[in-house]
Amino acid sequence: MSMIDRLLVRAGTRGAQRALGWASLGGLAGTAVLGLYVVPPDAEQGDVQRLMYVHVPAAWLAFLSFTVVFVASVAYLRTGRIRWDRVAVASAEAGVLFCALTLVLGSLWGRPVWGTWWTWDPRLTTTVVLLLVYVGYLSLRNVADSPTRRAHWSAVVGVVGFVDVPIVHMSVVWWRSLHQEATVIRPGAPTMDPSMLATLLFGTLAFSLAYGYLMAVRLRVGRLEDHAASTVMSQPSPRARAPRPVHPVGGGPRG
Amino acid sequence: MTWRAAWAVAGKDLRVEVRSRYALGSVLPFAATMLLAFGFALGPDRGLLRLTAPGLLWLAGLFAAVDLFARSYRSEADAGALDGLLLSPVPKGAVYLGKAVAATAQVLVLMVVTGLLVAVLFGLPLGRSPALLVLTTLLGVVGLSALGSLFGLLTVLGRRQAALPVLVLPLVTPVVIGAIRATGTLVQGGTEGVAGWVGVLLAFDAAFLATGFLVYGHLIED
Repeated sequence: MSMIDRLLVRAGTRGAQRALGWASLGGLAGTAVLGLYVVPPDAEQGDVQRLMYVHVPAAWLAFLSFTVVFVASVAYLRTGRIRWDRVAVASAEAGVLFCALTLVLGSLWGRPVWGTWWTWDPRLTTTVVLLLVYVGYLSLRNVADSPTRRAHWSAVVGVVGFVDVPIVHMSVVWWRSLHQEATVIRPGAPTMDPSMLATLLFGTLAFSLAYGYLMAVRLRVGRLEDHAASTVMSQPSPRARAPRPVHPVGGGPRG
Repeated sequence: MTWRAAWAVAGKDLRVEVRSRYALGSVLPFAATMLLAFGFALGPDRGLLRLTAPGLLWLAGLFAAVDLFARSYRSEADAGALDGLLLSPVPKGAVYLGKAVAATAQVLVLMVVTGLLVAVLFGLPLGRSPALLVLTTLLGVVGLSALGSLFGLLTVLGRRQAALPVLVLPLVTPVVIGAIRATGTLVQGGTEGVAGWVGVLLAFDAAFLATGFLVYGHLIED
């Protein structure tokens, strides 16, 4: 646990942030070049299949983010360290971003390939429920009356939300299996070209770096926010500090 | 100890509700209004109404129940009764279970009344397989109440009222799907897939009663 603590401190420094930022920028640019120019188009779907190189990594990162929210929430409830709350909220924000990106990209891909923006496929439905759960998580954070309480509440939602996901998925799969519609053809047949797989893995690496960057920035901002809140709270407001004029001359408030 | 405390909390909540009708008194008219609005939205076609009736029943129940959870905590927070309850030397999990039991009883009343209204207004046949229908309703209501009693607390703590629907509605997706589908199958006289839905509802109820029991204390901590 202490090793993770040290890692978290290091990830929140300015240097780490900058390095991750440049690495993820390079990675995303590389993914764009590989996915758009280097890899051949799909035999059946053509160019539209290239969306997979960003859609699939976004989906994986969304699930990773929410798993991190769960782990950090449990760690917070067990240890009571505010650092874990900062990890959880940072990851939740990144997860909502990736999850929304997954849905938008999937929708863009589904329109030409399936002929519809949206279909009530179990995976899609679970993903959109997942997004709404964590939007709820973020909205709850504005409500609490103290930082400690906010941390407790969001940790509880972080745990409950994660426990809910398998049940949601189970219910949606069951619901769909009773209501057969046209089955959809999924991308990623077992015979995937090695260059396609390599690009996909590269894209995942780039998205992971971007996640690391977002986490680093958000952790640092979170720490600064907490710091600012505690210093502002512990000092009297400027008005209360306005000095009484001891001397008739030159004792006025400065700045 | 835990169970005795839970029963005491549940009994107190139900006595308060029976004497004041603070929650059901406004939630039942709300559900009835919603059913009328659903009817207006869908039009007077009997066939369509009967087909959608199970969904409308549970949606009206669900939205009204979310309001009910907030109200039952609101009545507790007025006059500071909640502070006394939370300070009492009983396990916090027991308070949660008591709240969940009381909420289940109230939501059951809500569902029975709503069900009768749906039967009358939309021609939903309730008599086909009553035992399974009661079981489905009970499990669905327990699931709703398990989450509602947990997060309803957040509407009275904190500086602003938590948006309970935003929090609860996505989480209860399995109950919505499971209860509606099972009800829909049962009122048509079938039982195909009902066992699976009952399983989903049981898993949901068990998961959230256990989670709520474990984490309720954390919601109260300052």
